[in-house]
Amino acid sequence: MSARLKPGASTLKRERPAADSHPSSGGRAPLLYAIAALLALLGLADAVYLTINHLTGQTARCTVTGGCNEVLGSAYATAGGVPIAALGAVAYFAVFSLATLVLFGYRWARTILALLVGLMLLTTLWLLFVQAFILHKFCDYCLLSATIILILSGIVVIASRRERAAE
Amino acid sequence: MKRYLPFIIIAVVFLGALGAGLALYRSARNPSPVASTPTPEQTPNMFESYSPHARGGNNAPITLEEYGDYQCPPCGGLAPVLKNVEAEYGQRVRFVFRQYPLPIHPHALIAAQAAEAAGLQGRFWEMHDRLYENQSKWSGEIDPRPLYINYARDIGLDVDRFINDMNAQQVKSRVASDRLRGNSVGVTGTPTLFINGRMLRPEAMSPEGIRTAIDMMMGKPGK
Repeated sequence: MSARLKPGASTLKRERPAADSHPSSGGRAPLLYAIAALLALLGLADAVYLTINHLTGQTARCTVTGGCNEVLGSAYATAGGVPIAALGAVAYFAVFSLATLVLFGYRWARTILALLVGLMLLTTLWLLFVQAFILHKFCDYCLLSATIILILSGIVVIASRRERAAE
Repeated sequence: MKRYLPFIIIAVVFLGALGAGLALYRSARNPSPVASTPTPEQTPNMFESYSPHARGGNNAPITLEEYGDYQCPPCGGLAPVLKNVEAEYGQRVRFVFRQYPLPIHPHALIAAQAAEAAGLQGRFWEMHDRLYENQSKWSGEIDPRPLYINYARDIGLDVDRFINDMNAQQVKSRVASDRLRGNSVGVTGTPTLFINGRMLRPEAMSPEGIRTAIDMMMGKPGK
């Protein structure tokens, strides 16, 4: 499908950092993308834990909200037979990968990252609605994930604005 | 080297997440006997730590064992069939029930815990029967616990103790132990019936199929 890559030639248009910018530029907001990558790791750990709990039928322990059983055992915890947590783990891993690539100057990754985080935000809003108005229960791990995604969304918006202002 | 660094980092995180997931999965399926709290399911002989809920003849030639989920409609449909079989065969059949709450049923786990909490006061079967008989009433509730508390009151339980026991570690451990036992013997859905340790094929799970299997076992006892 693709021609063999020659050294130094990449189809992935790697953005070369400008002489006056940060060595691993991450566009104009390297710190923001580094934070995004770390947050994605936290979300990944959360989602992997919930996925394993789901697959093994274990009960996650909610120490704050007390609604883990009801939320994680509900019909809303799966989509087409696939645990939502497993989809979340894949999404968080993708966010981590994309944020890392942006940090290393791969400009194309920014757009995909923004789209992915937007999709995750919409899913999160739906899941928050389900917890608040349908199940009337919240689970600690879901709220942690929602917080991470809200912060990630903020980071993506701020980073985009900074980059647009700089261009 | 720097050119490949992001991909190396991504690969390391991928392998790390995969490894952590596998380790968690293994520890959940096979709890370590050296873990901190010596709960029954963490002992090597984990499945024998709890005597099963059984009724019928103690020395019956036939043991009918169900892995059930109180919120699963086919389990609710099977309950009266099994009661008829128990009545028909009397002391020749010993009926054992084990918990196998499925994650797809939001109230299955708390229902199993309610039955086990009643069991701590010696009324497991009374709660078991109530849960199946009233399955359609509590299944649709957002919070079925008030109904379980009514059942507990009806069957003469100490209600305060029942409420506490529903979330007791002992009760949760027992449900988890039953599930692990089910997983180890090949249970993947509910209801699953074993007759003298042999799994009944799902297509044979009709009143006639169960009777035929029992009669066959009586003529040719299992292990």
